[in-house]
Order: sequence, then structure tokens, then C-alpha cells
Amino acid sequence: MILKSKDVLGLEDMSAEEILGVLEIASRFRAVFDRPVRNVPIMRGRTVVNFFHEPSTRTRISFELAEKRLSADIVNFSAATSSFKKGETLRDTAENLAAMKIDMLVIRHSSPGSARYLARVLDCSVINAGDGAHEHPTQGLLDIMTMRQRLGDLRGKKVTIIGDIAHSRVARSNIWGLTKLGAEVTLCGPPTMVPGSLEKLGVTVECDLRKAVADADVLNVLRIQLERGAGSTFPGNREYHRMYGITEDVVRSLKPEAFIMHPGPMNRDVEIAGEVADGPRQVILDQVANGVAVRMALIYLLSGGDPGALGGGD
Amino acid sequence: MQWSWKRIPAEYLVTNVRLCQNGKIGRRKGFLHVKKGRIEQVGVGEPSGEGLPALDGGGLVCAPGLIDMHVHFREPGQEEKETIASGSLAAACGGFTSVVTMPNTEPAIDHSGMVKYVVDRGKEAGLCRVFPTGAISKGRKGEQMCEFGEMVAAGAVGFTDDGSPVVNGGLMANALKFARLLGVPVISHAEDLSIVGGGVMHAGYWSARLGLSGMPRAGEDAATFRDIELARATGGHLHIAHVSTRGAVEIIRRAKQDGVHVTAEATPHHFSLDHSRCRDFSPLFKMNPPLREPEDVEAIAEGLADGTIDCIATDHAPHTATQKEYQFDQAPFGVLGLETAFGVGVTYLVKNGVMDLGKLIALMSERPAAVLGLPYGKLEEGAVADFTLLDPDHVWTVTVDHLRSRSRNSSYLGEELTGKAGATFLRGRLTWRDPEVIGAD
Repeated sequence: MILKSKDVLGLEDMSAEEILGVLEIASRFRAVFDRPVRNVPIMRGRTVVNFFHEPSTRTRISFELAEKRLSADIVNFSAATSSFKKGETLRDTAENLAAMKIDMLVIRHSSPGSARYLARVLDCSVINAGDGAHEHPTQGLLDIMTMRQRLGDLRGKKVTIIGDIAHSRVARSNIWGLTKLGAEVTLCGPPTMVPGSLEKLGVTVECDLRKAVADADVLNVLRIQLERGAGSTFPGNREYHRMYGITEDVVRSLKPEAFIMHPGPMNRDVEIAGEVADGPRQVILDQVANGVAVRMALIYLLSGGDPGALGGGD
Repeated sequence: MQWSWKRIPAEYLVTNVRLCQNGKIGRRKGFLHVKKGRIEQVGVGEPSGEGLPALDGGGLVCAPGLIDMHVHFREPGQEEKETIASGSLAAACGGFTSVVTMPNTEPAIDHSGMVKYVVDRGKEAGLCRVFPTGAISKGRKGEQMCEFGEMVAAGAVGFTDDGSPVVNGGLMANALKFARLLGVPVISHAEDLSIVGGGVMHAGYWSARLGLSGMPRAGEDAATFRDIELARATGGHLHIAHVSTRGAVEIIRRAKQDGVHVTAEATPHHFSLDHSRCRDFSPLFKMNPPLREPEDVEAIAEGLADGTIDCIATDHAPHTATQKEYQFDQAPFGVLGLETAFGVGVTYLVKNGVMDLGKLIALMSERPAAVLGLPYGKLEEGAVADFTLLDPDHVWTVTVDHLRSRSRNSSYLGEELTGKAGATFLRGRLTWRDPEVIGAD
């Protein structure tokens, strides 16, 4: 058994062995992507519900694609289009879902802890597709997969995460996963967005961008949520770009082999300059492809798939 | 004559008890002689009333009825959470004989008719004395001051917009001046909303780790400081509710040294639990002010021990199971307190060596009575016979069956506590008995 739990709620709960085990399976799925037939029909007859209580395009499409490539039956509903009105407790939602006899639930919800709560009250597997600012484990896994493809073993490798760490589930999942694999993580952003107390998790907080990226092997640049707190947590987009934007000039100061990641969607010329976003140092589309592979691996493993049956990877 | 739990006589003795008087537990076995709802005699040795029915106290501590100066009984408006009757039973179950209700009901207790309503409903329930506080401002909106004089005449014992701070400092100053004239305190819910923002738990390591928005200590410290300066300027009696930070304790300590008329209370959860309890996202640990850091918990205990904080008050805040089924960030603030307060006090203050049992009981009886100027909280001849028999050694694990509130939102469910009320008497009449502690059926 690669995964010990029936659920994937966060990288906080996963061991280094589990993370590496999932990534191994993901790389085998990733190898299939280049074949003319990309489907692996091992989920035939099983139902996966994608419940997105909060808007999402990329993550939802990536999950759907992963599920389709495994030939699962898929039901999608989102807060906007379903009768699950605002104010209904998650317990009611859970009971409705349980009554429908589903095999797996993928949940995106604005409340931290919501995936954990559903995992406790439901018998089916639950995959957390983002719970508020808490965790986004599939994003964390795909980020780590992308880093490992270029850097190999992450022990001693330097990863700098830049942006609104306080409100970022991506940052938290990265921190948990990367520290477990022995990477040295630095958090960078305006002091209003980077809680110093996170150093207790074994990371470094450095609010000066130049210092934070000087000897980094990877920059993971987070999306700045323009709707959140402009004017209060930072003065504005121009100021953010001036102080924390990854510009060509910043890129020139990096180690020559350092590369740049972004979970998307990007705000061009805010957290990342357009030229950098289109430039040779970014690996954003690799992240997207790896996202599908990681999600396929998790769904496969949670459904009791046999890792040996997939054949060799790359 | 034999003692009977079923028919409590008008005159009786309680024997074989350790008396708690003036913050001290008597070493020798004592007795209480109750006659027509008053204490006829209290002391050690041989009681005067020979031949009277006698309740054998079994060596329990006979204490003044406990007083909680901060409860939310939700009536009128949210009777699904609690009523004055159900809250009164929860109080009796915790050893309390007097409570002070907060005015943030729906509608708010903001005129004399509403005050009288709460008083009457309390008398109707008849399980403890219910003293209402009135709102400072009409509808608790922080704009127009309520008619303090009329409300005091109807039975209000203080004024507060608890649940929300009084944002307008000028209004707060005026409230302190009027309340001073009437000899009652203004109770401050000290929270600077512009600092606390939309926080749902203490701002610190755990909020950062869990991705929940934080409520910085500075929000409480700044508001405490402002209200103390207003009390200093006006000479009014300011009472700080539910102190939860080290900084606020220090601000209050300094103000007391300066002679400012300020008193303060702290809740059992703030001297026993810290913010790490939020780690599983359980709304049973969501309250305002929030659970803070271990050093704050320690500072609250120290403040209680050295007298900076005058008394323990529970901030008993019932919410229905449904409301506590929401996710942590969506759930309402507040937890129960009455049924577990004594046990939490013994477990976290007495057993940890912060204070002795006599002092704990004083913080829950005599001291809150002194803050409010109420003639209760003492076992002495001629006083009203409000008393409780406490077993400070009774070990119990809190379950929903131990709760008498209409709600179930206790932070201590599943936790083992030491110390429980065995029987509670109001005006000499039994309001609560736990057969596991005394007088097994």
C-alpha cells in the first residue's frame, strides 16, 4: 500500500515515502501522455464526484481529465450551479453525497478543515482540492514532481516561495511536502503577507526578494489575489511588482540553472513579468501536465489500484 | 427527624462539611443551620438545633453559592440555544446560585421593560438569581445611550454592549459617567475591530499553520487600554470582561496600582486551554476572545492568583448543534461554561498549584459579589442560604449527559476534570443534586 489513508487531505498528513510513492506512479502515468491512446480504463464503473464549492477552472479541469483518462463516471457540481445553497452545513452536504453511494469525492471549499471534516463523516475516499488557505495537496505534489524532474533528489535544494503566503494553500502544501523531502524552503513576500511564526515549521522567512532568491534553485511564484486586501495588505499592483515582481532583472540575478514555477492563473506584470512568464526559465506548462498525472496517480491508488500493474515508467 | 432529599424541610442542619469562608477552607468539620431560607448559624463544633433533620455532607466542602457574572441565556430571541430556565438549571448544576446575564439578546435588553422581563423570567424559573445587565446603547448599535436610571430601577446591575465593543470612545466615556452616578459598573468587551478584522482565532503560529485568519492580541490590548484611560478620566467603574492576553493583564495591573476604578474577570477556558486546541478545526474551540498562547494562559492564571483579575466568569455562550456543525470559519463564537467551571478551576488552578481551593471558590463567589456590590457570596449568620456542596476530589469525564444547557457546545467534552458540585441550594431550597457525588439514590 503506497497510501496509508483512504483520503488525501494534505501533505501535512503524508510521509516522505508516501509522497515519493505517489510521484513514482504519477511519472508512469505521465509517460502514457505521449502515446496516441492516453486512457487507462481502470476506474470503469466507479463514480467520482467533483464538488467545487468555490470557483475553480484549472484544478477542476485537471481533476476531470484525470478521472476521464481513468474512465471513471463523473458527476460535477459547483456551488453556483447546484441547489446546495449557501448556509447549508457541510454535514448535510456530506449526508446527501453518502446517500448517492459514490466512490470518491473531490472537494474544493472556502473553509479550512472542510475536507478533513468530510473525510471523517464519509466512508468514501476524499481528495482535498483546496480548503481555504489551509492546504492544496495535489498542487503541492505536482509542484514537487516538477522540481524533482529537474533537480532529482530535493535534499539540500533551495526553494523560495514568493507571494501572499498567509492566504495561500499552495504555500502550505509546498512547505509540508518540501520540508519532508529535505529541501530548504524560504518564504518571501511583504511582511503583511508572510507570518513570521511559520518559521516554526522549519522554513526561513526573508522579506527582501533579492536576498531570498540569491542562491535559490527554484522560485515558486504565487498568484497575488488582486481582490484580496489591495490597499491594506499592500499598496497596489505597481508597488508589488516593483518590490516582489519576478522581472527579467531578478531573473538575471538568479543562479544560471534556477527555474521558475507558478501555480496559475498568472497576473502578468504583477507577480511575474510577461517576458519571464513567456521566457526560457519557466516550467509552468510542465506543472500543468504533471497536475493531471499526479491526480491520476492519487485516484488510482485510493481506488486500490495495483502499482505493479502499470508497467515501467520513464 | 430524618433528612429527606425529596422534601427539604424549612429548617435543617448540614453537618459533616468543610466550610468555605473568606477564601479559606476550614480544617475542622463544620455545620450549617438553615432556617426559612436564611443561615441561622454556621460554625464548627456542636450545632444549636438539636433534633433537626440533618443532611450528612459526607466531608464535602460547603461553599457560598457560586456567582457567574457573565452568561448568555439567549432569551428573548434565541430560545433554541438557551432559555432563562434552561440556563438557570445549567447554573445550578455547576454549583451557581446567581448569574449575571448579558443583554445581547434579540431584541437587546435596552430598556427597563426588557430588564424586568429577564428578572421575571428568572424568578419564574426559580433555580438561581438572575441579574440582568442592560445594553449601553439602543439596539447595541453604539449610537444612542440607553436610559440607565430606569434600567437600574428595574433591576439592571451593570451596562455593556458585550458581544461587540463600544467603538465610539466618547459614548463609552459618557456611559462611565452615568453608571458612576448610579453606582454600577460598565462592562467592557474590549476588542478593537479595526485590528481584529475578520479573524476567527488567535493570530499566531496555529492560525498561520491552519490557514485561518487571526485576531491579534493587540486588538484586545489596545481596547483595554482605551477603556482604562476613559475610566481614569471619568472616575467611573470599569469592569473588563473575559481578559485573555498577557498584555491586558499587565495594563489592568498597572491601572489598579494607579488607583483607577477597574475590575476584571477571566473565563475558565482562557486559564486552561491554548490556541493549539484549534488544530482539528473544531468549532468547540472557537470563541471571542479566542484561545491564546501558553504564556497568555499562564498570565491569566497569575492575574487571578495575585488579584489583578478579580473573579472567574464563564462567558457561558450556548449555540445549537447545527450552528456548531458549520466549518470553523463559519461557526459562531462561544462555548458553554457553567457546568464545567468549578471542575476546570480545580483541575487547572488548584491541582497545578496556582492557588488553593479556598481562593478558587472566593474567585467564583465572594469576589464577583464584591465587584457588583451584591449581598451574596458569603456563608455567615443572617445571610440568605445560597450555598453549594462541592466535591473537589470527584473525578469525572465530561459528556453531553453532564450538560443541562439546551446546547452542547462545551470545549471539555471527553476531558477528565476533577471537582464537581454535588448539591446546590438557593434560599435553602435544593436546586440541583448529583447522586454520583452525594446521597446516592
